Amino acid sequence: MKLRSPLGQARGLGSAKSGTHHWWVQRLSSVALVPLCLWFVFSLACMSGADYSTVQAWVAQPWVAVTLILFLSAMLYHSQLGVQVVIEDYVHGEFLRIASLVMMKFAHVALAAAGIFAVLKVAFAQ
Amino acid sequence: MAIDTGGRPLSPHLQVYRLPLAAILSITHRITGVGLAMGTVGLICWLMALASGEQSFAAVQSFYASWFGKFLLFGYSVALLYHLCTGIRHLFWDAGMNLGKDEVERSDKMVIGGVVVLTVVLWLVALI
Repeated sequence: MKLRSPLGQARGLGSAKSGTHHWWVQRLSSVALVPLCLWFVFSLACMSGADYSTVQAWVAQPWVAVTLILFLSAMLYHSQLGVQVVIEDYVHGEFLRIASLVMMKFAHVALAAAGIFAVLKVAFAQ
Repeated sequence: MAIDTGGRPLSPHLQVYRLPLAAILSITHRITGVGLAMGTVGLICWLMALASGEQSFAAVQSFYASWFGKFLLFGYSVALLYHLCTGIRHLFWDAGMNLGKDEVERSDKMVIGGVVVLTVVLWLVALI
């Protein structure tokens, strides 16, 4: 016996009303992050000990600035998706759970804004 | 602690069940993920200092050059490379691949080896 309505089955969104969207975008962002984070850590390693103007000149190169913004966006997006699941799994009590989810999401948006602004400021200052 | 189940099978329970290596690696994937989320604050501070001027950049750089700063950087790099390697394995699992017991034990070794090699190469690049 099927208890799901034909429309519900066609939409495929289940009882959580979002279907596999969260799961899928977490995987999608992780695939993007494989090359992006390898590029980022090895670029930083190559610049260890570099002075202010060297790092500034590096960030100001157009392709570096764009790749940095892609890395920051994908990483913070992926991060908030992951921390959301951790909070949902381990933080009990509705108020505390919702409060920590909201604070966590706000913090990620703020970090993304700060990081992207910093990259743009350095890039446009040159 | 042995539990008398009267010969009936006992379902795995976290407090009495010895986790297989793959399960330990999997929970560590989640722990490193949370650590990396916190480490992002340090990364954004570094970028904001770069955008704020030479003095603030020098202050942040001198923190990262201290022993505690280097310890954090090393921890962040290991956590990132670990999360990357185990994450790639999770993608294969999500696609329904390599889920057999022997395949999982083989990929346990590949993941650990990958983290060690990547970490060593990264820090050789950084320090040479």
